[in-house]
Amino acid sequence: MELFFNPFDNLLCILLGISFTVWFTLLLVFIIVPAIFGVSFGIRRLYMKTLLKVFEWATLRIERGAKEKNHHFSCIYLDSAPEFEMSDIFYFARRGVESIMDDEVTKRFSAEELESWNLLTRSNYNFHYISLRLTVLWGLGLLIRYGFLLPLRVTLAFTGVGLLVFLTSVIGLLPNGRMKNFLSEKVHLMCYRICVRALTAIITYHDSENKPKNGGLCVANHTSPIDVIILASDGCYAMVGQIHGGLMGVIQKSMVKACPHIWFERSEVKDRHLVAKRLSDHVEDKSKLPILIFPEGTCINNTSVMMFKKGSFEIGATVYPVAIKYDPRFGDAFWNSSKFGMVNYLLRMMSSWAIVCSVWYLPPMSREEGEDAVQFANRVKAAIARQGGLVDLLWDGGLKRAKVKDTFKEEQQKLYSKMLTGGVKRLNVDKN
Amino acid sequence: MGSSSSRLDRVPGAKDLMEETGFSETNILCLYDRFEVLDREERGYLRLEDFEAIQQLAVNPIGDRIIGAFVFPGRETLDFPSFVRVLAHFRPTDTTWSRSGSQPEPANSRTRKLRFAFSLYDQDGDGKISRAELTEMLQAMLGMQVTDEQLQSIVGRAIQEADLDRDGAISFDEFKKSVEKVDIDHKMSTRFLR
Repeated sequence: MELFFNPFDNLLCILLGISFTVWFTLLLVFIIVPAIFGVSFGIRRLYMKTLLKVFEWATLRIERGAKEKNHHFSCIYLDSAPEFEMSDIFYFARRGVESIMDDEVTKRFSAEELESWNLLTRSNYNFHYISLRLTVLWGLGLLIRYGFLLPLRVTLAFTGVGLLVFLTSVIGLLPNGRMKNFLSEKVHLMCYRICVRALTAIITYHDSENKPKNGGLCVANHTSPIDVIILASDGCYAMVGQIHGGLMGVIQKSMVKACPHIWFERSEVKDRHLVAKRLSDHVEDKSKLPILIFPEGTCINNTSVMMFKKGSFEIGATVYPVAIKYDPRFGDAFWNSSKFGMVNYLLRMMSSWAIVCSVWYLPPMSREEGEDAVQFANRVKAAIARQGGLVDLLWDGGLKRAKVKDTFKEEQQKLYSKMLTGGVKRLNVDKN
Repeated sequence: MGSSSSRLDRVPGAKDLMEETGFSETNILCLYDRFEVLDREERGYLRLEDFEAIQQLAVNPIGDRIIGAFVFPGRETLDFPSFVRVLAHFRPTDTTWSRSGSQPEPANSRTRKLRFAFSLYDQDGDGKISRAELTEMLQAMLGMQVTDEQLQSIVGRAIQEADLDRDGAISFDEFKKSVEKVDIDHKMSTRFLR
């Protein structure tokens, strides 16, 4: 009996060995090496275009299916009969009430919501069974995402993080100087790029001439924990945050060996003066990297939120605003921290199709004469909002709130009317 | 759960609110946290300005009408129980409640949800949606995106379809009839806070 198994075992081992080697070689050549050098084969963009075509097809199928079965969909934009109905108000009423309950969550339900179904059941709120073909496609998508993409991404993530910890620790052994800074920069960029590929994030950077410089403060709007990785893969920043335990803590400790980041102990976080002092000390030293700050705070640590709101704008550094906007068609990058933990969130991110976003580097701003910290902060936020979309104006002292409000209200009105005037035109034709 | 019941003690009248509205303990706690966030000046009640500061609501075309359902002349300050009671309209419908039962009709029943929507249309509260009110509503939802003629033709058609007794206005029953095929529970319930 044993004789029968042995050659088979050998064959199996050989096959496994070969496939692993092939797998890792492909990984290395197509993903890791470009990450190291910062070049791109354009594979991800091709992938993105293919996905869009598939989503379009899926949407058409659903619309056709809707007409056949005469369903009412929750999504107002897929309504097969584009005429005003008394129930249209429900959509706006519900969104209004939802935003009263929690506008953090509603941020993601933007106007582009669900115009197409991106084959993730997470974003499928009311699409019932439409056709066999569609279900097969969804099943295939599931298989690809969980069977192929997820393991690939997890491997990359571990590689990226592992390399970061290892290499920064090594660099930490070098004496301070130009060589150390240079190497640390390269290492950080490389590891973040690997992480970006681990999430299949397709990022478009605009206006790179405005990239933050040393001694400045980089302020960005915050929609998900991935924001950090997205920004840090295009430039080197000093991070600010509270020291965590566990894996996060290990990463933080090793990062700070290679270049100065600002990590606070739990107890120090509450001391606003200490925080402000450390930030301004860092900013004054022109050889140190620009600080990356999210004034709305991180999703992880909500106690930071209050603290940074005024503090970072008081220290008098040049502010480089950055606007980050995610494309909701591919996957929802929002993290509902009360519902899902970090690991859960990361797994969801890694099992969605891709994360597509745009980053705009806005021209630098400084505090003007007679402007206090809050007004300055509002000015920065308004600039980011205009470029990237909705930003938490709850913190806004009222500066130009009216202007921003009308533009966005108009957007919603436009979308709704586009749907209706199609029906109205038909009406006029019927009359004649 | 010892820790959460002590958290519930922070919320005045929580147990009664839970019974009255059907919200769970977690919901009430979430809503109370939210109430505290909205009440920036820590007055203990909410006012018009606090609602106007909700940015997502400000860009909603019918945002001010929705605020009007919470805060209106006669009720300019909103305490936590009133806040919760209005929000209770948007809880998903309970399948266990039956019309013939002895319990009072809950806030999130289909009829009560429809009444809430009706009140958004019927600004003067006379129990009928007049042509003018419907025009105003459509104006809010469409803004400058349609011409006056288009607006009038949409309004005309809507009234024609819904006004069954031909009195030129839409009563609550006519409104109910016009939306009878709509899945109210889905469209008028919040998608989180279950």
